[in-house]
Amino acid sequence: MQVSKLSSKVETSFENRIAQSTDQSTHTIKTTSDNQASNSFADTLPEQPLVKIAPGKSGSALRVRDLWAYRELLFFLTWRDVKVRYKQTSLGAAWAILQPLLTMLTFTLLFGKLAGIQSGDIPYPLFSYAGLLIWTFFANAITNSGNSLVSSANLITKVYFPRLIIPAAAVIAGLVDLAIALIVLVPLMIYYRVSVGFGLVMIPLLVVICSLLALGIGMWLSALNVKYRDIRYAIPFLIQLWMFASPVIYPASLLPEKWRWILLLNPLTGIIVNFRIALFGGQSFEWNSLGVSAVVTIFILFYSAYSFRRMERHFADIV
Amino acid sequence: MRPIIKVENLSKQYRLGTRDSAYTTLRETLVARARAPFSRRNGHSEQTIWALRDVSFEVKPGEVVGIIGRNGAGKSTLLKILSRITEPTAGCIDLYGRVGSLLEVGTGFHPELSGRENIFLNGSILGMSHQEIQSRFDEIVAFAEVEQFLDTPVKRYSSGMYVRLAFAVAAHLQPEILVVDEVLAVGDAQFQRKCLGKMGQVAREGRTVLFVSHNMTAIQSLCRRAVWLDDGRVCADADAGQVVADYLQRSFSALGQQNWDEIESAPGNDKVRIRSARVRVEEGAPDGRITVHTPLNLEFEYWNLVPDTCLNLSLVLHNEEGVLVLNTGPVKEPVWHGRPFPAGLFRSVCRIPGDLLNDSPYRVTLYVIKDQSTAVFVYPDILMFEVCDTAERAGWYGKWPGVVRPDFEWTTEQAATSESQHLSNGR
Repeated sequence: MQVSKLSSKVETSFENRIAQSTDQSTHTIKTTSDNQASNSFADTLPEQPLVKIAPGKSGSALRVRDLWAYRELLFFLTWRDVKVRYKQTSLGAAWAILQPLLTMLTFTLLFGKLAGIQSGDIPYPLFSYAGLLIWTFFANAITNSGNSLVSSANLITKVYFPRLIIPAAAVIAGLVDLAIALIVLVPLMIYYRVSVGFGLVMIPLLVVICSLLALGIGMWLSALNVKYRDIRYAIPFLIQLWMFASPVIYPASLLPEKWRWILLLNPLTGIIVNFRIALFGGQSFEWNSLGVSAVVTIFILFYSAYSFRRMERHFADIV
Repeated sequence: MRPIIKVENLSKQYRLGTRDSAYTTLRETLVARARAPFSRRNGHSEQTIWALRDVSFEVKPGEVVGIIGRNGAGKSTLLKILSRITEPTAGCIDLYGRVGSLLEVGTGFHPELSGRENIFLNGSILGMSHQEIQSRFDEIVAFAEVEQFLDTPVKRYSSGMYVRLAFAVAAHLQPEILVVDEVLAVGDAQFQRKCLGKMGQVAREGRTVLFVSHNMTAIQSLCRRAVWLDDGRVCADADAGQVVADYLQRSFSALGQQNWDEIESAPGNDKVRIRSARVRVEEGAPDGRITVHTPLNLEFEYWNLVPDTCLNLSLVLHNEEGVLVLNTGPVKEPVWHGRPFPAGLFRSVCRIPGDLLNDSPYRVTLYVIKDQSTAVFVYPDILMFEVCDTAERAGWYGKWPGVVRPDFEWTTEQAATSESQHLSNGR
């Protein structure tokens, strides 16, 4: 009754000249006088609230379940990062190869030829390319994830999802570059006639540890970056120092015996050294340094997750 | 019936200036620590504001609740807490359903990606699963009317297409609770109608909708109930029509009157000084509300300090969008126009008839003109008032298009009957 009365009123409304049909207008009016659908819906209400919003709630635990529920978003954000990067640059995927390759050539010239660094049985170009591969991945992952939260401010202030996804997606997107750069290794190794062995099976594990380490540091930096914008300028500096503190372009054996333990404290050492062994063989894995890397990685990951959760609550307010 | 949303004593405090310059620099923190190493921020008496204070209400499943209030009243903060973007300072909310929030259309859209790619990206950001998006993909594309441009990067879209696509994705979100913030502000009239239709449909399906808007007509038409927030508190929570009427009445406090009784401190210069300015409602709405039908009087009192000057006032009205709506002067004023003014106090009244201005807030700029050519004194925004729409229209609640809204006379007559039409065709 009411509906028909109202819709007849619609006929007289001026807007009808613009509105092609009265369909939508009558719909919406009906809404306000229609309560039946809601009754049936009420029966399905859960006993306990699905979500309880209260101060300090979200900082209390590592919500793995929540993260799992948003795994598709993680995939899409990663996919976006990769896609956009290759769409915007004219060289596209070639950058993933060029970056470590050109750096390798530079260092080969500088350290391999001029400084004459000894890289053992492996030719220096191969030696440094392998190190630079994993290093470039690590450095890019930290940079991108460290800046990720700030550059996603528009998402953070408009939509809810576990914020951890943002720095995580930045790290995972870097894996694509790593995979591409790894392919270049094949012709290089053929050229230098280096054979591969069963050590290759270790590579996925090493990449996982390296990713987790990058994630741990990246998410901590990204959270700090929201609060202190200085971080953005500190990251490149940190990376530069870290590169020379890691056996990327020189072998660990270059250091005198009594200083080598310092290198071991660096979680990247175990990863890079074992990465080379996995690729080129020639010696057994250095389990000690790998153990250090794993332990430090786990520690950093937990600490970062804890402090990330603590800071996460205020992201939307201050970003 | 049990509520689907239960908000209890919700409060949110912001540090003043938080939104703009919240992030401190590392140096500031270090300096603060160094100065007071043993106090953990106790010494600071930071200025804070309460964006929300002790807000409590319940929403039943299937209800469509409008949330109204002035800018800064806490509406957006409430929606942000409801959508878990930010945390409350105190109080809690129990949600008995999945919340989908639409605080902005096109969140996460990437200009480099194509329309198709953005549908998937945006859908997943809004909380849809890949499968859900896949199954509604065709619907979304049809709703947005962008079939031909699916594989074009959205940076090449027109702004209309962009908004349509963005809203289309959001409109196909199907949570039990939908939280919407002022999405109607975008798009053209036809698209707004489509959006509102869609929202009505969502509500009809038994979903619960919380809807923030400044468009009172839309609120009244879509919602049965409205919550009025003022200064972070619930000011009224009742039938939408009633709350909107009260709100509109109160919100017209804009700048309806200004007085300067001391001639020395009154605005002006050595030639002319303003004593008062006010908006007076002539008749019509007894509650003092200015609707599109209300005739208005803009009254100005001013001292002329230089004898024998030909003075006249000139008014410029700007609307909300900053459009100059009109400029008016007393050209046909019978007594004083064109005559030299002696020194003394004068009063000029400009009557603006009803059914002329469209609904919008207006700013009045006053010009005092000498010899009908030189501006002696200009006072921008001397008065501000708001013309409200009436809710008597049914069926359509978008903003009435146009800068003005005059009530012209129309006539229609039947020029010929259908038989005579035949005759004339046959001839």
